[in-house]
Amino acid sequence: MTVNTEMKVRVAATAQVADKVKRFRFERVDGQPMPVFSGGAHVIVSMRDGKALRRNPYSLMSSPEDSAGYEISVLRVENSRGGSAFLHEKLKEGDELILSQPVNLFAHDHRARKHIMMAGGIGITPFIAMMDQMEREGAAFELHYAVRTRTHGAYWKELQQRYGKHRVKIYCDEEKLFIPVADVLANQPLGTHLYVCGPAGMINGVLGKARELGWPKQNLHSEEFLAPPPGKAFQVRLAKSNRTIDVAPHQSILEALEANGVDAPYLCRGGACGQCETGVVSCDGELEHNDHFLEPDDKASGRKIMICVSRITGNVVTLDL
Amino acid sequence: MNIKFKNETFRDDYTFKNSSEAIRRFPFPFNEDKYMYSVNMEPHVPAGPPGHAYNKPIDVDEHFVAEMADRAKVLKEDPLRYQALPHMMAAQWDTLELLMESQAAGYPEHFTLEKNGDQWRWINRPMGIDQTFTFGDASTLPMEPLEFITRQAQGDFVIVDQRDGQLWCDAGMVTTQADWSLDFDIGMNFHEWHGPVPLAHEIGVFDRALKFLLNLQQGRPVRRLNWTMTINPRLDTSPENYHKWGPDRATVTPENVGDKVHLRCELQTLWRLPRSNAILFVIRCYLIKMEELVTVPKWARRFHRVLRDLPPELVDYKGLTRYRPTTIEWLAKFDDGQPTTPGIYPE
Repeated sequence: MTVNTEMKVRVAATAQVADKVKRFRFERVDGQPMPVFSGGAHVIVSMRDGKALRRNPYSLMSSPEDSAGYEISVLRVENSRGGSAFLHEKLKEGDELILSQPVNLFAHDHRARKHIMMAGGIGITPFIAMMDQMEREGAAFELHYAVRTRTHGAYWKELQQRYGKHRVKIYCDEEKLFIPVADVLANQPLGTHLYVCGPAGMINGVLGKARELGWPKQNLHSEEFLAPPPGKAFQVRLAKSNRTIDVAPHQSILEALEANGVDAPYLCRGGACGQCETGVVSCDGELEHNDHFLEPDDKASGRKIMICVSRITGNVVTLDL
Repeated sequence: MNIKFKNETFRDDYTFKNSSEAIRRFPFPFNEDKYMYSVNMEPHVPAGPPGHAYNKPIDVDEHFVAEMADRAKVLKEDPLRYQALPHMMAAQWDTLELLMESQAAGYPEHFTLEKNGDQWRWINRPMGIDQTFTFGDASTLPMEPLEFITRQAQGDFVIVDQRDGQLWCDAGMVTTQADWSLDFDIGMNFHEWHGPVPLAHEIGVFDRALKFLLNLQQGRPVRRLNWTMTINPRLDTSPENYHKWGPDRATVTPENVGDKVHLRCELQTLWRLPRSNAILFVIRCYLIKMEELVTVPKWARRFHRVLRDLPPELVDYKGLTRYRPTTIEWLAKFDDGQPTTPGIYPE
């Protein structure tokens, strides 16, 4: 029941905005408006890189009401699987790509009396769109943004100019300044919501501190897209269609299925949304669960796997596909 | 296509009737000769023969003006049929935009939407409304945006907010409902407001439906059909007004089945809203009299078989117990035992 709502876009502009961070603006080839979205949403960018089809999620950072184009910012990661290297080094203005419709797994709670955002590095991008929307809606917010050095940090100057230093606070590792998480969380009005986006260590640290201080779970939000970690090669057997497909060391199961023409469902491709949950019939090794979605007992049961990021240690896994 | 809007009533003298075109476009809910609950969702894309209720994303038909007049009467007696919790304002505007854009695009001879930045002008010719307002500024409309637009759109509307892996019934306009109450359900989550449906919980329908809806995508609305039966063409079969319609169920006789007994079909569509990330749930009610339904031979045969073989729990839940035998007997005259073709459309 797949309905194709993907959008063909052209790269309208690129800009180096900080060390290793590049911004891309996309506009539709057919001239139609982009859908309005909600702050925190991401799109899947499909890139044709030689023979490889790469599909990566990126948070939208442009104004949600800007229907002329979408903007994303991409960090050039070391040991890139190919996506960020392709975007940084090969993609040029005028090139064409495919975008999915926006999907939001990191929406702000409209009931909140106040929003506190904590960003680490490239984790700033969803908050740029969120703040634009919160400002329009008249919501109270503040941003705490940690960067390694002032030249590594993207957008902090613009954000301070736009929203004021009282609402946008910068902490620079190099200057030995860190987000004073406990102080920030200690004195907030009832109904305050906290949002964290950045490296796993930061997310766990901030959320752990918040729980320790007695913040309710419902008021805590985080987003981290995982790149599918590499591993050793293995085979996937499809129980229903009786096919066997090879998964390469740098490929996810989902990517291997797609490369072989199998149309499996997905939304975030980063282990967060649950859409690609697949039943496991058998496995001759251990499942390596890399997602944020499955509950611990689901993971322990050995009967479910999120095929966008998880792998196995053995040679063959048979899936209910 | 110019729709000829009918002057008719859904209460008191009950002058509601379907034209022959309206019968052919009716969204008949059974695709086979039996019925059981399922998560029968499909993409809400244009479908069906020309003129069918599935042709346009938001359907407007010959009953539009009369249905809106009936809604106004319900609201006058009971303003709580419209409610919106304060955090749903972004979702209200999302809904207003979706309905205005869809009705203007689908029926340009009846509705016009002019946009100049956030200065909008909405013209609804059948109801004689011409409103200029600022999108996003509720003070420029005579009432809240959701109430304003849902007084001009057929169907009930519920907006569910998405939080904590759950859906919450946090706003709505509900005046044409099959025995449920927005005032009762507001603020409840998905499992709470589906509490009392027999059989469905046992087969895991709601867990699967919730999981599906949490990942509903923008630009990809879905639909399903639900059904019940109503005695007399009454839109407002609410629990609040049970005393007005409940007793009607005892008035069915072999002589009046054709005119009094109605199949009530709900075309339910679900839309991910862009700014609020909430979900709009549209529950559009279509009524058809038994004497109208049997003018389509396939539907006559099939509905007779569905009703005859319905599980007892569902007969009770849908409130069909009293008049089901009389109706089956009446429908049997139109069922010659011939096989029916698959699908919901007339032959």
